[in-house]
Amino acid sequence: MRKLKEFIVEKLILICGLASIFFVALIFLFLLKEGFSIFKTVSPFNFLFGKSWYPISEPSQMGILPLILGSLLVTAGAAIISIPIGVGCAIYIAEIAPAKIKEILKAGIELLAAIPSVVLGFIGMVTLVPLVKTVFHLPTGLTALSGSIMLAFMAMPTIVSIAEDALYSVPKTYKEGALALGATRWQMIWRVMLPAASSGLLAAVMLGIGRVIGETMAVMMITGNAAVMPNSIFAPVRTLTATIAAEMGEAVVGSEHYFALFAIGIVLFVISFAINVTADLFLHQRQ
Amino acid sequence: MRNSYRAQNIAFFFLFLATLLIVVPVGLIVVIIIQKGLPAINWQFLSDIPRQGMRAGGIFPAIVGTVYLVSGAIIFALPIGLLAAIYLSEYSKDNLLTRLIKLAIVNLAGVPSVVYGLFGLALFVIFFRFGASIISGSLTLGIMILPVIITTSREALESVPYSFREVSLSLGASKWQTIRHIVLPNAMPGILTGTILGLGRAAGETAPILFTAAAFYLPQLPNSVFDQVMALPYHLYVISTQVPNVEEKARYGTAFILLALVLFMNLVAIIIRYKFRKKKKW
Repeated sequence: MRKLKEFIVEKLILICGLASIFFVALIFLFLLKEGFSIFKTVSPFNFLFGKSWYPISEPSQMGILPLILGSLLVTAGAAIISIPIGVGCAIYIAEIAPAKIKEILKAGIELLAAIPSVVLGFIGMVTLVPLVKTVFHLPTGLTALSGSIMLAFMAMPTIVSIAEDALYSVPKTYKEGALALGATRWQMIWRVMLPAASSGLLAAVMLGIGRVIGETMAVMMITGNAAVMPNSIFAPVRTLTATIAAEMGEAVVGSEHYFALFAIGIVLFVISFAINVTADLFLHQRQ
Repeated sequence: MRNSYRAQNIAFFFLFLATLLIVVPVGLIVVIIIQKGLPAINWQFLSDIPRQGMRAGGIFPAIVGTVYLVSGAIIFALPIGLLAAIYLSEYSKDNLLTRLIKLAIVNLAGVPSVVYGLFGLALFVIFFRFGASIISGSLTLGIMILPVIITTSREALESVPYSFREVSLSLGASKWQTIRHIVLPNAMPGILTGTILGLGRAAGETAPILFTAAAFYLPQLPNSVFDQVMALPYHLYVISTQVPNVEEKARYGTAFILLALVLFMNLVAIIIRYKFRKKKKW
């Protein structure tokens, strides 16, 4: 009896262990199931590279290039801001900050990670958006730039914590060796620590970018949501994620619009999958 | 030599500046929300339904809705997550399958939240015909927080020293008995921490419940798990972007309650972790 019970429990544990694989596959399958139908009416090429997104006009135009470029523009902006600041902060926390301040800083970063994105979006709307508007004398502050700044901020916890881990795992002997040779601490960090931790730092940056591309609520609230080809960071744009969130509520189940939004979901899934797998390879290589 | 020290001072100054650029805004955000949100909080705001097209009244249905959604998510995710963590820490071997599982967990954690929303819509709302409901939203959120629970629980299980297991096994206990009576109790604080962090994450997410559970406006409380609910994060989104002329106070008040809820859970998790570290027997 006891043996039977143990047998059942152990099988249950195995099944739950496999659950993650099952769910990833299930997500992909259901996105495909619902999204693939769009390619009966629009070719994949026209879908990805069509320049106009008018899903509910007659005839509808389902080109997501403006949305892809919107996502890329906002993400590139966020990356430019967040990479130097995030890695800099990680170096400060890992190598320079005194032990007590280090704990406070880490708590601050964890606090940021815990703030819901809709709260950050709201705060961005009432503080950052008017600020961008007045500083750059724009007709509206709901721009790609505001989105980039906000997203850079939201990528920080990911970048800082993973980069700090990477720096922390550099063997102590490397540091001691550099210092013993008469290098200053900065020379040690710049010439020894950073190269030694490079693959981990790269993974940190990639996962930060992955977080940015997938971010939905905050970006929807502060980028202005104009589904047009973006031509400047001072103009409103719309990202892939915001399009799904904003339009799925109105799309009729089983309509072309509905299929198209799921197809955007496939694009996002594939992007995040690629980023996470590559980042994981970098992290693994380090060990 | 002096030059290289000057370079060091300049570099350290910029690194310090980068750190300030992150930490100061975090502090400011929290201070602004407390300062402007706290005055909006009174008994009526917490216990009344929204009135006058959500321009007055309270947020009670949204609070209740979020509690339901989060409870549902954890009921679903905790058993699966915990067993998956047990598999990874106690049973798995260093082989391709384990590698695949770990990769799947990383990917699950990286899937954009709005894609979870799409998935929940396709699977639970439409395929299983649950409709937009508490159960659809809870299951979607549950799958989303699975990686958090698995990762933290696994760390907790793995931090139990190997010798504990050896002693138990050498006394004739079976593998499952060892896990059940020795490993799990010792890992409990860590598992609890992970669970609470998962709860906090689920409470704050908006995109996964957009099409699976959240109602724009619903004056009555749900009767069953197949009813739609209002939810705090979605309510904040609605009153800050969809409904014109909402008093600023109500927006800040809602943001305050949501933030307070999430931060409270994180605080509890931190306290548990801290107490556990002090008490640790090994």
